[in-house]
Amino acid sequence: MNNISILPKGELNRFQRFINEIKQNRISYLFIAPFGIIFFTFTVLPVLISMGLSFTYFNMLQPPKWVGWQNYIRLFLEDEVFLLAVKNTLLYAAITGPLSYLACFVFAWLINELRPRVRAFLTLLFYAPSISGNAYMIWTLIFNGDTYGLINGTLLYWGIIDKPIQWLIDPRYMMTIVIIVVLWMSLGTSFLVFIAGLQGIDERLYEAGAIDGIRNRWQELWYLTLPEMRGYLMFGAIIAITNSFAAANEITRLVGFPSTDYACHTIMQHLHDYGTIRFEMGYASSIAVVLFFTMVLTQRIVQKLLDKVGQ
Amino acid sequence: MARKKFYVGKRRISRSTGGDLVILLLLVMGASFMALPMVFAISNAFKPLNELFLFPPRLFVRNPTLNNFRDLFILMAKSWVPMSRYIFNSLFIVIMGMLGNVFFASLAAYALSKHKFPGARVFLTMIVFSLMFAREVTNIPNYITIAYLGMIDTYWSVIIPSWGSTLGLYLMKNFMDSMVDDSMIEASKIDGASEFRIFWNVVMPIVKPAWLTMIILIFQELWRTTGGNFIYAEHLKTLPYALDQIVAGGVARQGVGAATTLLMMIIPIVVFVFNQSKIVETMGTSGLAN
Repeated sequence: MNNISILPKGELNRFQRFINEIKQNRISYLFIAPFGIIFFTFTVLPVLISMGLSFTYFNMLQPPKWVGWQNYIRLFLEDEVFLLAVKNTLLYAAITGPLSYLACFVFAWLINELRPRVRAFLTLLFYAPSISGNAYMIWTLIFNGDTYGLINGTLLYWGIIDKPIQWLIDPRYMMTIVIIVVLWMSLGTSFLVFIAGLQGIDERLYEAGAIDGIRNRWQELWYLTLPEMRGYLMFGAIIAITNSFAAANEITRLVGFPSTDYACHTIMQHLHDYGTIRFEMGYASSIAVVLFFTMVLTQRIVQKLLDKVGQ
Repeated sequence: MARKKFYVGKRRISRSTGGDLVILLLLVMGASFMALPMVFAISNAFKPLNELFLFPPRLFVRNPTLNNFRDLFILMAKSWVPMSRYIFNSLFIVIMGMLGNVFFASLAAYALSKHKFPGARVFLTMIVFSLMFAREVTNIPNYITIAYLGMIDTYWSVIIPSWGSTLGLYLMKNFMDSMVDDSMIEASKIDGASEFRIFWNVVMPIVKPAWLTMIILIFQELWRTTGGNFIYAEHLKTLPYALDQIVAGGVARQGVGAATTLLMMIIPIVVFVFNQSKIVETMGTSGLAN
């Protein structure tokens, strides 16, 4: 056989097949195009650029200078505050991630069977903290360090403590309080989505299940509801992962930045520090990349776990 | 037949009294934890200054007053750019952003959910991954792009990027996967409907709860925007920005601050309640059971 003449021909066929395939599916591509173009311009491209920048020294005034793996080496070997941030973030994520995820599902599931009006009222009650903007700042009044703070004032009045506790400045309490507040406002997006998802499940599925011998709530949940909800569960998991690993704003507004002894310092705050205060964009980008891969890895693990649901 | 086996009296066979009680208890506990700080926030807005600094502090207001709101409106009236302008700016950004995102994301979600074509999986993976990349480091490239397009100091610098917000698309795709039956689309195709007609007249009405939910999510995101890095002109800034400036006046503004918090909280809640009533309505009438 003459290899030389076959190879280009095969190549051509492959190219032509590719073009044909695009032509066949042109409607699908047309549907995706408007979103895709904006998504690419304002998300994909900037992400790729900052992945590139993570290998440079870039102070936003001079052009970026290539430094290879230097930023990453510095992160893990020289930057002690970063390692502290990693520790804090992992602790914070390990608590708030699963708890907020569970809370979203459990409460959505619990109120799902109530009468529509009661359900609507409870949905509003649970969802209100996360939708009402800066309402969580009310917690700074509750945990205020002076005697006017709700908790301090009450404890002083009852004589349980004899001088006000600096709840938001003392490293012993800070993390716990941040976690309480974050859990308070955690019934957000996933909660709503779970409710909508549960409402969408066909009642006849449960009737059929009853005939097949499902006898209690738990069996019903495990064998019928959860498998039906799989798509939404993954959605909720991704939200929980991004919220818990990328926490920064709420923490900064509650305990200040930097927090005492960096006791609440998170990876995202570290990134913020270098990106918008010290103007070391290259270094900040390398933090973003590390954070990104941590989240992707977690997401993969959660995916594996969710695949086991209903079996 | 099935009904008889499924229900015992009025109760489903899989339910028990003990279980119902535990659930009730859980709900009451959860609801109080959620509600108390909100009650505190609301009652603070009606407290006169001397009650805001009272010892021991009280959860509820004793002599409710509207002074905080009066002060807020006086401060608003004194602002250099009229308040109505800030309100218009916020509304314009929120509404345009919302319409664009719901429409474009639903179009893409429909193709991703119901069509099979090369690249779909990669695209979806990119969507999911994009949710996990820190926004802050993409600000610089975005600034350059937006400046290149000449959109700095226009509403569009906030609106157009929001059209590509990925959370809504991912949500929409999930809803279309589980709510829309392929057979329905096949049937419409046989009737000779075009893809766009199927999308607009068949699929979108079914997933109404989904895009109503999506509207809430985008509203929440855009409502808080201050124009950030892309809008510098004072007359183009948004309401949250203007209110932040008013509250930044220190301790004396604490009462005004409480009133502002309540104001910023009420509007999304009103939108949410209106939206939910629509969702409940659709769920009830469209009969998702078919």
